Amino acid sequence: MTLKYLIQKEFLQIRRNSFLPKLIVVFPIVIMCVMPWVMSMEVKNIRVDVVDVDHTVESQRVIQQIMASNYFVFGSQKATYEEAMKDIEKGQADVILEIRDGKYLIAANAVNGTKGAIGSAYLTQVLASPTVSEGASTLFLYNKSQNYKFYMIPALLAIVMMLMTGFLPTLNIVGEKEAGTIEQINVTPVSKWAFILAKLIPYWLIAIFVVTVCLLLAWGIYGITSAGSLVWVYVLAMLLALFFSSFGLIVSNYSETMQQAIFVMWFFVVCIMLLSGLFTPTRSMPEWAYMSTYINPMHYFIDAIRTVFIRGGGFTAIVHQLLALTAIGLFMGCWAVVSYKKNS
Amino acid sequence: MKQFLSFVKKEARHILRDRRTMLILFGMPVVLMLLFGFAITTDVRNVRTVVVTSQRSPQTQQAVDRLAASAYFTIVATVATPKDAELLIRSQKADMALVFAPRHSGVQFIVDGADPNMAQQWTNYAQQTLATAHPLPQTTRLLYNPQMKSAYNFVPAIMGMLLMLICAMMTSISIVREKERGTMEVLLVSPVRPLMVVIAKAVPYLMLALCILATILLMARYVLGVPLAGSLWWMVLVSVIYIMLALSLGLLISNVAQTQLVALLLSAMVLLMPVVMLSGMMFPVESMPQILQWIAAIVPPRYYIDAMRKLMIMGVGIGEVAKEVTILSLMTALLLTIALKKFKTRLE
Repeated sequence: MTLKYLIQKEFLQIRRNSFLPKLIVVFPIVIMCVMPWVMSMEVKNIRVDVVDVDHTVESQRVIQQIMASNYFVFGSQKATYEEAMKDIEKGQADVILEIRDGKYLIAANAVNGTKGAIGSAYLTQVLASPTVSEGASTLFLYNKSQNYKFYMIPALLAIVMMLMTGFLPTLNIVGEKEAGTIEQINVTPVSKWAFILAKLIPYWLIAIFVVTVCLLLAWGIYGITSAGSLVWVYVLAMLLALFFSSFGLIVSNYSETMQQAIFVMWFFVVCIMLLSGLFTPTRSMPEWAYMSTYINPMHYFIDAIRTVFIRGGGFTAIVHQLLALTAIGLFMGCWAVVSYKKNS
Repeated sequence: MKQFLSFVKKEARHILRDRRTMLILFGMPVVLMLLFGFAITTDVRNVRTVVVTSQRSPQTQQAVDRLAASAYFTIVATVATPKDAELLIRSQKADMALVFAPRHSGVQFIVDGADPNMAQQWTNYAQQTLATAHPLPQTTRLLYNPQMKSAYNFVPAIMGMLLMLICAMMTSISIVREKERGTMEVLLVSPVRPLMVVIAKAVPYLMLALCILATILLMARYVLGVPLAGSLWWMVLVSVIYIMLALSLGLLISNVAQTQLVALLLSAMVLLMPVVMLSGMMFPVESMPQILQWIAAIVPPRYYIDAMRKLMIMGVGIGEVAKEVTILSLMTALLLTIALKKFKTRLE
C-alpha cells in the first residue's frame, strides 16, 4: 500500500512543478507537428549550373529536362567550368553539368556525401532517359510512395520516449538529493524496491500517454497509421520506457548534481541513438561498431518498431527483438534498485 | 584587475573540481568525432540480397556471381517464389530481392523501401553492378569528398553543436546554480561590479571552448583525415565569434531561468533541438517547408556550420563566406547587447 502513496507523491511532485506538466503535454505535440517535416533526408531542390559548350539540340533537351524535373532547381548557364565552380564555392550551386563534344561531365559538391551521390544519380537518370534502361524494373515494398515521414515517425516515437522517459527520471532523484528531500525518504521504512518502483511507474504512464498522442497525431496530421498491430507498438514502447526510465534513475543515483547527471545521460543517449540505426543503416557500420548494436536496446526497438509500423510484421517477425528488449530492460531495472543507496 | 582575475580563478576551480563533468566535456568531443568519423556512415555495404529463381541458368548464375563478388551485396538465400522473398524482407532477414522471371529475360528488384534514400541507392548500385559493360556518355566527379566520407560533412556540424552546448548550457547553469544556492547574493554584495562577476564566469568557459575546438580540429586532421583546407586563422576567428554568441545566449538564459532544472531544459529544448534539427547538420534545410526554412534562417549555428564547411572542407577564401560571417557577427552583437542590458544586478 505504501507504493500507492509513493506514486501519489511522485505525481504530486510532477504536478506541483510549474514547468513539467506543460512540458509533458506540449513537447510531444510540438515534436510531432514539426519534426516529420524536418527529419526528411529527401534529396530535392538540387541547384544545377549548366556549362553548355555545345549548344546543340541535344544539350537544349537536357536543359529543358532539368528545368522540368522537380528534383532540380535550374541555377544558371555559365560560360566556363571555372565560373560555375565559383558558384559552388559560394554555396549557390550543388551540381555542375558540363556538356562538351556530346559528352557530359557531372561535378557534384560531395561535402554531404549522400546528397552528392543521389544528386548525380538523378542527373544520370535524366541524361539516360530516352534509352530505356534494359529490362530491369524495381518494386519498392512497404513505403511505396517513398515518403520519408513514414520512415521517420517510428524513429520520432523513439526520440520522444527517450527524452520524456529518459531525461525526466535522470533529473528526479538527483533533484531530490540537491533539494535535500531524499533524506526524508531515507529515514522512512520504505523499501528500496517500493521507492524505485514508485519512481518508475509514473514515467511508464507518461510513456503510454506520449505514445498515444504521437500515434493520434501521426494519423490526424499526416494520415499515417501503423501497418502492423498496435498492440506490438505499445508493447515495444513500454519495454523501451522500462529501459530508459531505469537507465535515467541509475545515472541519477550515481550523480551528485543535476548538471553532472544531465551530461552523463546526454553522453550515453547520443551514443545509443547514433549507433542504433535511427538515422543511418547499421549494416554500413564497421565490424567493431556493429558489435555494439547487440547490447543497444534502441537498435532492437528501432528494428522492431519499423518492422511492425512500416512493414506490418507480426509477433514472429519481432520475437527476437522483444526478448532482447525485455532482458535488457529487466537488467537495468534491477540495477536501478541496487544502485540506490539509502545510507548516504 | 586583480579582483577580476581571482574571480576567474574561482570559476575555473568550480569547473576543474567537477571531475565527472570535465571527463564528459572532453570525452564527448572525442567519442562523437570517432562515432561520426568511423561508425556513422551511409555507405552502401552488406546489403542482404535474396535471389528468387525457379531454375538456375548460366545466365542467372552469372548475374548472381557478379552481385556476390561486389563489396556492396551479400547473397543470403535463394528462394523459389517472390512471396518467400517478401517474407524474408518483412522479418528483416534481407533487404532486397533479385527476381529472375521464368519467362522473359529481364530482372526485377524488390526493395525494402522503408528508408527511401537507402532504397534508391541500393537499386542504383545493383543496376550499375549488373549493367552489361557499355561506356556511358557521362563521367561523374564528386568534388571535395571523392570517397563520400560522412566525416567531412559531420565534423563542422559537431563543432557547431558542441561549442553551443558547452558555452550556452554550462554558463547558464553555473550562473543559475549560484542563484539557487544563494551564493549569488554573496557575490553581488562584494565590491566587485556585478557585470565583472558575470564576465569572470564566462572567461573560463571561453578557454574551455577553445581547448575543445583545438581538440576537435586536431582529431579531425590526424585521426579522421579530414582536410583543413582553408586558412586556420579564419577558422579560429569565426569560431571565436560563434563562441561569443553562445556565451551571450547562455547569459540570456540565466536571466530568465530561476532554477537549474529550468535552465537545463531551456538550453536543451530551445538551443539543442533547433541546433541539431534546423542547422542543416543532419537534415537538409532546403528540403523543408518554407516556414521552417524561415525559422532555420535565425538559427545561428546554421551559419557557423555553413561557414566552417566552406572554410574547412572546400578551402575557399574568406570572401566566399563573407555573408555567413557578417550575419554571425551581427547576431553576436545583438545578443550580447541584449544580454548585458537585461542582466539584473538585484535579486528578486
